[in-house]
Amino acid sequence: MAIPKVCGIETEYGIIFKGGEVNPITASSIIVNAYSQGLTDSVGWDYIDEHPGNDARGFSLDDFLFPEFESQLVNTVLTNGARYYVDHAHPEVSTPECRTALEAVLFDRAGEEIVRRSMRIANEGLPPESEIILYKNNSDGKGNSYGCHENYLVSRETPFAQIAQQITTHFVSRQIFCGAGKVGVEHRGASTKGSTSPWFQLSQRADFFEEEIGLETTLKRPLVNTRDEPHCDPLKYRRLHVIAGDANMSEVATFLKVGTTAIVLAMIEDEEFPEHLLIKDPVNAVRQISHDHTLQAAVAMSDGRRLTAIQIQFELYEAAVVYAAHYGLDAIDQSVGEDVLLRWKNVLLGLHSDPLSVANVVDWVAKLRIVNGYVARHGLQHIDAKLKAIDLQYHDMRTDKCLALRAGLDVLCASSDVLRSMSEPPVSTRAFFRGTVLQRWPQQVIAANWDSIVFDIDNEGLKRVPMPEPLRGNKALVGELLAQCQTPADLIARISSQF
Amino acid sequence: MPEQIKKTRQTRTSTEPVAETSSTTGAQSKTMAADLDSLLDEIDEVLEANAEEFVKSYVQKGGQ
Repeated sequence: MAIPKVCGIETEYGIIFKGGEVNPITASSIIVNAYSQGLTDSVGWDYIDEHPGNDARGFSLDDFLFPEFESQLVNTVLTNGARYYVDHAHPEVSTPECRTALEAVLFDRAGEEIVRRSMRIANEGLPPESEIILYKNNSDGKGNSYGCHENYLVSRETPFAQIAQQITTHFVSRQIFCGAGKVGVEHRGASTKGSTSPWFQLSQRADFFEEEIGLETTLKRPLVNTRDEPHCDPLKYRRLHVIAGDANMSEVATFLKVGTTAIVLAMIEDEEFPEHLLIKDPVNAVRQISHDHTLQAAVAMSDGRRLTAIQIQFELYEAAVVYAAHYGLDAIDQSVGEDVLLRWKNVLLGLHSDPLSVANVVDWVAKLRIVNGYVARHGLQHIDAKLKAIDLQYHDMRTDKCLALRAGLDVLCASSDVLRSMSEPPVSTRAFFRGTVLQRWPQQVIAANWDSIVFDIDNEGLKRVPMPEPLRGNKALVGELLAQCQTPADLIARISSQF
Repeated sequence: MPEQIKKTRQTRTSTEPVAETSSTTGAQSKTMAADLDSLLDEIDEVLEANAEEFVKSYVQKGGQ
């Protein structure tokens, strides 16, 4: 049976510094520091178990990667279990480990509020003529991209080659409902075979994929990333690190992105993925689909058919319904999984009959509707800079400037839940343990990372508590234990007798 | 494609809500047109004053 699809989202935010010459690494550091200085205590990140150079295909490039001292200087772990840091000249929020797609949406939204608060605090400390502004997007329109990555727990027993081959179909076609939309094209060289260069496309990221599979994340980006860094028991699990997605402003789009991907991964683990449903040339297809916002682009399948992305997604959806009937959706969470299936069907039906009917759910449709309305009202050409400005401002994190907040997008999370989740961890995964000990004993937690916590215990020195199981450490398992402990020393004594 | 949709509907239980019917889509699109008008009014107010300069100066370092 498929294993629980523990998941999380990492978002690198675009950043600009207005009114001064400040490099983006410094600006990003100001942002992250502003937030952690606004908190009473912050705890540093522990790098001991980080191996981003390990390759799922069985070799390591760690020796060839340059150390990135700048980014390691600013790095905090928050009491909601998230990591907030500077990565590649961007502020990045990694949500805590979540048990369901709905939780992932909640903590992604909490991440947005965290960067909003950071912006406010940072800007209060800057000269009046200066301002730092963050954008939840993935491209500057000039060939530079930064990521929004998803992570999913998958079984080590499933061959990686099988995961890579089959999930690619979903990565290429899911952009019809989780693409964030982009004015313009950034693909280097000639336009995609058989099409003219479009003024609008479905995805922020599609232009940046050059390989089907590989270890890179910053150049020659692959559709399937092979980074083998599970952050948990490496004998049992992999963490599928997904770089082929857009950051979404729409909560429902994030829900569908994570929920459908979790279901398809469960199908792959249970060997129920429809084996004939493979795309012949995925790297070309991802752009062909993105570059045709009429959704008519048909791509060659390995069985000889030519299918549109909607047709591919309908076939995947139908296979998922059959899968759910036979296997249940416990791996995704039954009730969340059923909601994913219903919304998945409705978004496909809407895209098929009239894309405008899903402007309340799909970011690219919401954005295109605004842009088309603006073009019609002001009689503009599609090359007008104002359209690119609308594109950027759709993702502006300032509430008084953000266009997505005005676009009529459906909401899934109550704002009180979002605000609480800025500081409270999910109860469903080991992030509960991490977040709770950080709340209780910030002075004695000297370092934390995804799969361990280091305590400084009086008279005993440093004690590392490993957390190799992503679900162990949830509230049901350790809530009572943590409540009974007065000090970290109590906790260490209790857990060393239990684990 | 219509065959696929039909099949999908048939395999789901009848109590399940189906996607918008054409009549609600019509009502919805009227509301959406009104919403779009007020949204466009608002965009005129909040859009960066010098769009060309703003777009030109939005340059990022590549990330992951």
